[in-house]
Amino acid sequence: MTAETPRIALTVERLSIRFGGLTAVENMSFSVHEGEVVSLIGPNGAGKTSAFNAITGYLPAAAGDIAYRGKRLNGLKPNRIAELGVVRTFQKTSVFAGQTVIDNILIGLHLRSRQYPTAILLRFPFVAREEKELLEEAHEILRFVGINAPAAELASSLPYGELRLLEVAVALAARPTLLLLDEPVSGMNPTETANFMKTLTRIRARDITVLLVEHDMKIVMGVSDRVVCLNQGRIIAAGAPLEIQRDPDVIRAYLGERYARAQD
Amino acid sequence: MRRLATIAGLAFLFSIPLWLGNFYLLHVCIITGIFIIAAMSLNLLLGYTGQLSLGHAAFFGIGAYVSSLASLGFEVHLLPDWLVTVDPKPVWFGMACAVVVTGLCGWAIGRIAFKVRGAYFVIVTISFAEVVRLVALNWDELTQGPMALNNIPPLSLVIPGLLDITFIGKVANYYLVLVFAILSYGIIARLVRSRAGRAMIALKENEALAASVGIDVTKYLVLATVMSAAIAGAAGALYAHYVRIVDPNVFLFIYTVTMVIMVVAGGKGTLAGPVVGGVIFGLLPEGLRSLAIAPEVQWIVYGILMILVVYLLPQGIVPALRPFLQHRRHLDAQKQPPADIPASEAMS
Amino acid sequence: MDQLLQHCLNALVLGGTYALLGIGLTLIFGIMRVVNFTHGELYSFGAYMMFMFVMLLHLDFFLSLVLAMLLGIALGAAIEFLLLRKLRGADIDTTMLVMIGAWIAMQNLEQLVWSGVAKSIKTPFPSSPLVMGALSVSWNRLFVLAVALGLILCTYALVNRTRLGRAMRATFQDPDTAALMGVDIGTIYMSTFALGSGLAAAAGALLGPIFVVTPTMGDLASLKAFAIVILGGLGNIVGATIGGFILAFIEELGAGYISSGYRDAMGFLLIIAILLVRPTGLFSRKERIG
Repeated sequence: MTAETPRIALTVERLSIRFGGLTAVENMSFSVHEGEVVSLIGPNGAGKTSAFNAITGYLPAAAGDIAYRGKRLNGLKPNRIAELGVVRTFQKTSVFAGQTVIDNILIGLHLRSRQYPTAILLRFPFVAREEKELLEEAHEILRFVGINAPAAELASSLPYGELRLLEVAVALAARPTLLLLDEPVSGMNPTETANFMKTLTRIRARDITVLLVEHDMKIVMGVSDRVVCLNQGRIIAAGAPLEIQRDPDVIRAYLGERYARAQD
Repeated sequence: MRRLATIAGLAFLFSIPLWLGNFYLLHVCIITGIFIIAAMSLNLLLGYTGQLSLGHAAFFGIGAYVSSLASLGFEVHLLPDWLVTVDPKPVWFGMACAVVVTGLCGWAIGRIAFKVRGAYFVIVTISFAEVVRLVALNWDELTQGPMALNNIPPLSLVIPGLLDITFIGKVANYYLVLVFAILSYGIIARLVRSRAGRAMIALKENEALAASVGIDVTKYLVLATVMSAAIAGAAGALYAHYVRIVDPNVFLFIYTVTMVIMVVAGGKGTLAGPVVGGVIFGLLPEGLRSLAIAPEVQWIVYGILMILVVYLLPQGIVPALRPFLQHRRHLDAQKQPPADIPASEAMS
Repeated sequence: MDQLLQHCLNALVLGGTYALLGIGLTLIFGIMRVVNFTHGELYSFGAYMMFMFVMLLHLDFFLSLVLAMLLGIALGAAIEFLLLRKLRGADIDTTMLVMIGAWIAMQNLEQLVWSGVAKSIKTPFPSSPLVMGALSVSWNRLFVLAVALGLILCTYALVNRTRLGRAMRATFQDPDTAALMGVDIGTIYMSTFALGSGLAAAAGALLGPIFVVTPTMGDLASLKAFAIVILGGLGNIVGATIGGFILAFIEELGAGYISSGYRDAMGFLLIIAILLVRPTGLFSRKERIG
C-alpha cells in the first residue's frame, strides 16, 4: 500500500434493485479503491449476487448510480462493461462446457484480439500471428491460475476444483482491471481454498482491483482490505476485516458460528 | 499426413466426371454438391452458433429467385400505376445480387433471433419460409407463380481475349459447383477457427458467460446469420442456373428438413459433418431408388434413419468417427501446434 | 354487413378447431418442451380414421368420431413411449429432430396406405344449411363448433380441476420439484402427449368431413398450431383458445377482404409481427398453465 490515498475505482451510490415486487437491494452505497480487495459478505439472499448483476449489466438498477473510473455503468450491456475492464464470474459453475480448457481461455481472450471478419476472411497476415500469440498467452494464464489439467481436456470432464479455477482463468483472459468474483471457492476443499488464496494474492500483485462475494471467512479475513456486510438488501456494516468481525450487527446477522468455525 | 489426404480427396473429386459414365449420376452429384453447400451454411448457424433456424430453404429459394429474375429481367407493378422494368443482367451479376439480397434477409433474421429466443425462434423461421413460399406462389406478376420461371440462362464468364466459358450441361456445372463448395468450405473453416468463430461457439455454449468476457452477442449472431444466408443464397443461385427452372417448390419445408438431416446426422458444429451428411443423404435416395422401391418408402426409411441417428449417434457421424482418426494424429501432436489450427484439434 | 357477419360466423367455426389444435400443442410444447412436429400428423390421422370408420366400415358417424379421438390418444401415448421416453433430459434440438423423422415417416406411411387421392367423408347432417336471416351455416359446421367448444371446456376443466391437471401444472412450473413432491413425471408426460394428440386427432376428425382428407393436410395445420401457441403463450390454454379464434378471424377476414391467395400467409405474418413486439407471445404468463 502506498502512502497516498488510492484513487476510487468503483462507486455504487444509492443502488436499488427490484424485480417482481421484491426488493433485492435497497439504497446501497459503497466504493472500491484502485488496487483494493473488497469482500461482500452476508447471509444468503442478502443481495450480493444481485448487486454483482447490476454492476455488470445483467440486471437493471431501479435506482441509483454505478460508475467505474468515472464512467457511468447504468444501462450498459454486459459486453460493453467488460470492455471497460469490469469482468465478473458467476456463482453457478459457468464455463464453455463443450470446449477444451485451452479453447475456453481463447474465447476469454476475445477482447485482447484485434481480428475482425474481413481480416479473417481475407487472411491478413496479422491474423495468423495473433493466433500464435493468443495461444501462448492462453497457456500463460493456465500456468498463472495453477490449472493442472491438460489444455486439450474438455471442460466438462474437469474435476470440480479445476473447473472453478478455469472460470477465474477465463475471466482473467478478458484483461480485467476490476474483477468481480462470485463465491469463487464455494465447494472447494481446504487445500484448493488455500491454493486459491495464493492465486488471489498473485492477481492482486498485478494491480487488479478485486470485489469478492464469499462465505468462506478464511478467505475473506485473509485477503480483504475492507469488508462490506449486507443483510436483506442493505449494508449493515463496512470497514476493516477485524472491525467487521467484532461488529455486533454483523455477528447478529450471521457471522457468529461461521467465524467460530474459521477460527479452528 | 492430413495435407496428403486432403489433396488426394480433392483430386478424386475433380476426377469424377472423367470416369463416371452415367450422366444421371453426375446430375445427382451436382445436386448433392449444391445441397452440401446449403448444409454447410446451415451448420454455421445451427451447429456453431446454436440457433435453431428451420427456414433455411427460404434463403436458398430467395437466392434462386433473385438470380433468375435478375438474369431474365422482369416487369412488375409495384403500385397500380407504377411499372418497374428491369432488363436482363449478366448471370454473374444476378448471382452477386442473390448473395447480397439473401445476406440482407439474414441480417433481418439475425436481428430477430436476438429478440425472439429458443423454440419461438424456430417457429418464426418456419413461418418466414412459409410466407416467402406463399408470396412466390401468389405474386405471379413477378414470379410466374406455379408456372415457374423458365429458360433461365446459364452462367457464362467472358473476358475478351482470355476467357469464354458458358456453364451449360452437367460436366461444366459439376466443376462450378465443386469450386463453389470448396470456396464455401474454406470461408466457413477460416471463420470458425478465428476470433469470430470462437465468439459464435461461445454464444451457443454459454451466452451469459460470453457477454461477461466482452463478446457482443447481437453482432456475432447477426454475422452468423448473414454469412449463413449469403452462402445458402449462392447455393440457390447455382441451382437456378443449372436446372434453369425455378418454381415455388424450392421453398418447401422438406428441403429445409433435408439440410437439417445432413447437418445433424453428419455432425453439427464440425466442418466435415455437413459434407459427410450431405453425401449420405444426397446419395441415399438414389440408392433406394435403384432398389425399385416406391418413393414413399424411401422417405419412410429417411425418417426412421433420422430417428436412429439421433438415438445411436447423437453427436452425429463425424464426432463418432473421431476416436478412430485420432490415433493416427496423435503422432503429429508432439509438435507445437501451427497457428491456424485450434490447439485442441492439433493436440488430439 | 351481412358479408362481414357471414365471415365472422365462418371464422367462429374454424376458430374452434384451430383452438383444439393449438391447445393440444401448447400443452405438449409447454409441459414437455418438445417441438412436436407430429402434431399435424395426428390431425390427419384423425381425419383418416374418420374416413375408415364411416366410409369403409360403415359405422355410425358419431361413434366414429369418438373412436377416432380415442385412437388419437392411443397413438400419442405410443409415440411418447416409443420415441420420447428415452430422450428425456436431452436438449430441444434432439427431440425436435426425432419428431421430424417421425413426421416424415408417418406422413409417407399415410401416403402409402391411403394414396394421395383426396377422400371425402359423408355426414349424417342435412345438406341444406340452417338459414338465419341473411346468414347461413351448414349443420355440419354448427356441430363442429359445438363439439370443439365442448372439448375445449373439458380440457380446461381437466387441467384446472383435476388431480391429473394439478400434477401437469406442477410439472410445467418445475419438473424437479414436482418429482420430489411425488408426481410421476413419466405418467404426466405420456398423459400430456396423449391428450394433446387426442385433441389434434379430434380436430382432424371434425374437419375431415367438411373439407377433404389428404396426406399433406397436416402440414399447414401443424404450422398454424405453432402460430397459435405463440399467440397464446406457452402452456396457456385460454391463450391458445383465443389465439385460435384470432387466427381464424384474420384468415377469414383477410381472405374475404384482401386476398384469398395469401390467406394462409396472414396468420404467419401476424405471428412474426407479434413476436417482434412481444418476444414471448401475446398472452404469455410465464409461470402458469391453465
